[in-house]
Amino acid sequence: MRGEITLAHGNGGEENRSLISGIFFKHLKNEILQKAEDAAVVPFEKGENIAFTTDSFTVTPLFFAGGDIGKLSICGTCNDLAMMGARPRYLSLAVMVEEGFSARELEKIVRSMKKELAKNGASVVCGDTKVMPKGTIDGVLINTSGIGETLIGGIGASKLREDDLIVVSRDIGAHGAAIFTAREGIELESSLESDCTSLWPAVEALLDAGIEPHAMRDATRGGVAAVVNEWAVSSGVCIELEESKIPISQSVRGICEMLGFEAVALANEGTFLLALSAEDAPKAVEILRSFEGNGSASVIGRVTGEYEGRALLLSEWGTKRFLESPSGELLPRIC
Amino acid sequence: MRKLQLKELYERFRDPATIKALAKLIEKEARSLEEPLNIMEVCGGHTHTIMKYGLKQLLPDSIRFVHGPGCPVCIMPKERIDHAYILSKEEGVILATLGDMIKVPGSRGSLQKARREGADIRFVYSPLDVLKIARENPDKKVIFFAIGFETTTPMSAALLEHAIKEGLENLLLHVNHVTVPEVMQELIDSRDEHIDSYNNKIDAFIGPSHVSVIAGAKIYRRFPQRYGRPVVVSGFEPVDVMEGVLMLVRQFVEGRCELEIQYRRSVTMEGNTSAQKMIDRYFCKRELFKWRGLGNIPHSALRLRDEYARYDAERVYADILPLEEIEDHKLCICGDILRGMAEPTECMVFGTACKPSNPLGSCMVSSEGACAAYYKYGDLIGG
Repeated sequence: MRGEITLAHGNGGEENRSLISGIFFKHLKNEILQKAEDAAVVPFEKGENIAFTTDSFTVTPLFFAGGDIGKLSICGTCNDLAMMGARPRYLSLAVMVEEGFSARELEKIVRSMKKELAKNGASVVCGDTKVMPKGTIDGVLINTSGIGETLIGGIGASKLREDDLIVVSRDIGAHGAAIFTAREGIELESSLESDCTSLWPAVEALLDAGIEPHAMRDATRGGVAAVVNEWAVSSGVCIELEESKIPISQSVRGICEMLGFEAVALANEGTFLLALSAEDAPKAVEILRSFEGNGSASVIGRVTGEYEGRALLLSEWGTKRFLESPSGELLPRIC
Repeated sequence: MRKLQLKELYERFRDPATIKALAKLIEKEARSLEEPLNIMEVCGGHTHTIMKYGLKQLLPDSIRFVHGPGCPVCIMPKERIDHAYILSKEEGVILATLGDMIKVPGSRGSLQKARREGADIRFVYSPLDVLKIARENPDKKVIFFAIGFETTTPMSAALLEHAIKEGLENLLLHVNHVTVPEVMQELIDSRDEHIDSYNNKIDAFIGPSHVSVIAGAKIYRRFPQRYGRPVVVSGFEPVDVMEGVLMLVRQFVEGRCELEIQYRRSVTMEGNTSAQKMIDRYFCKRELFKWRGLGNIPHSALRLRDEYARYDAERVYADILPLEEIEDHKLCICGDILRGMAEPTECMVFGTACKPSNPLGSCMVSSEGACAAYYKYGDLIGG
């Protein structure tokens, strides 16, 4: 790969993918890594399949409406495990702290971690800390890795089948919109909170009820648009979403209207998509809706064979367009 | 008084039943058209609406959209972006600008690149946010790289007025404000030179409503009167655009050629006269301004009046800002696209060498640009 690394390379969309394939996969590729799942399912000769994942966290501001970097760092890794149908168990924690950072704030961050670990039934079992000279990092950077036990097999981005339905667990875009408004100091009258939450309890309930998802993915950076595009490519199918069925809160809609964003491209931290059979879908929606904050869980689309490797957005007045994976840096429009 | 919800401002204008009904009406009326109707939507915002909501798929073949040059980012020539780049690199300068301007590459790179290289570049939502930056950084020069059509000009004027009142000596403007009617006229005037090679026509215009909220619909009078091209000033929601198209079709069917307002919610013939006065107080017309892809167009842009020269970054920093012209990329056909003579998909590098993540031409840079809209929403379905 040539050129310099830009902010766009971290967007979860097109440039992010080219960075990963152009440098990391190029040199480190192997059968497991190339599956590019939320978590790798790693086989051992004796014993069960273990799911393994890692994630690094940086967010400005560190404390935001609906969460903080501590909660985020546990949710992020545990959710990636949950998306492979794995119960989160053991986490490592690496924290880089900028010189001069308030000890009280750091403790506040760790207290939120504790709370979130309890929800997942997971524990931090090893860790590392580094203190960096002032100005070399912005406050706190956190990395967590985690392993979980897989309770169900056959889940993956390449497992979607024609006629599968696509379900979303709640209204989308809340995290992206909340962080953007907090970062840019946009004052709103409405309450806009990040959706940051642990997904394992909901996933466990689905699996307990005998639901067999073909794929699950939390729609983090790049949002719903990135997930459906990755699935469409990996499974060689077309994913059609019905625009009017995608739940979006009025606050998120408002932010998108004002700044020219699309909710499907905004990040989430506690919202996931499922692809599953038409028989399983109604029950899955019912179970999801019983969880706090998930009242708007819905079927939003289906899998077809029309345009292989592409995602489509259907309007209520009968037109359709391709839904691209987000690209570039998130910038508001001019007029 | 009941509080107005944001959704009430747009919900009805995206109503599926209304959109479908308008599509039916247009289809019915268009059967009486003797020739296909080529409508130029001047503004990139309209192009965006047409692509995002798939409106082309709802219209009969006899109605064709020709995408116009109304995207302030797209038409910004490299020379001007280089100015911003050079200014941002000056010791003690903070450069502020709006949204996606920072992505556009000049000959030395984009402002994003300058930012990576350490320049202090801020994007603001409203020009008035620049006041705060200037107040908080009294030891720095804060330069606002002002861009946009008539829509954003009053805010730049207001910024300068506030700065003068507050006595903020460290706030300057680099003015790149452009005007809509002059470029529309240029497109018609230059058409005769090119018509043989492209056989492309502009029969009518859809004018952007936000420009006329400020400048009034009156700025388009010359088009129906002198050029035989009707104009409908239209809003940006899908229902607005569909109604605007219907109004134009009816004019042709009934043999009329008029200036009409679809966006009656807030556009009048006269516009916002106090905003116009404020613009006039601080700005005057430039003799010539170079548009990217279109070349020099007379009286198509504004500059600060001479009495405000000390707030004019172009004059204060004249000794470091080059004036030589720079050629556009050879493979890029943005000029033809901005003139409404080619569609983005006719470009050899569209979607291959030129993408939103690595734009060669300006039409791919801004989200309001025609190429970006085609790339993002795809024009492969029922185009």
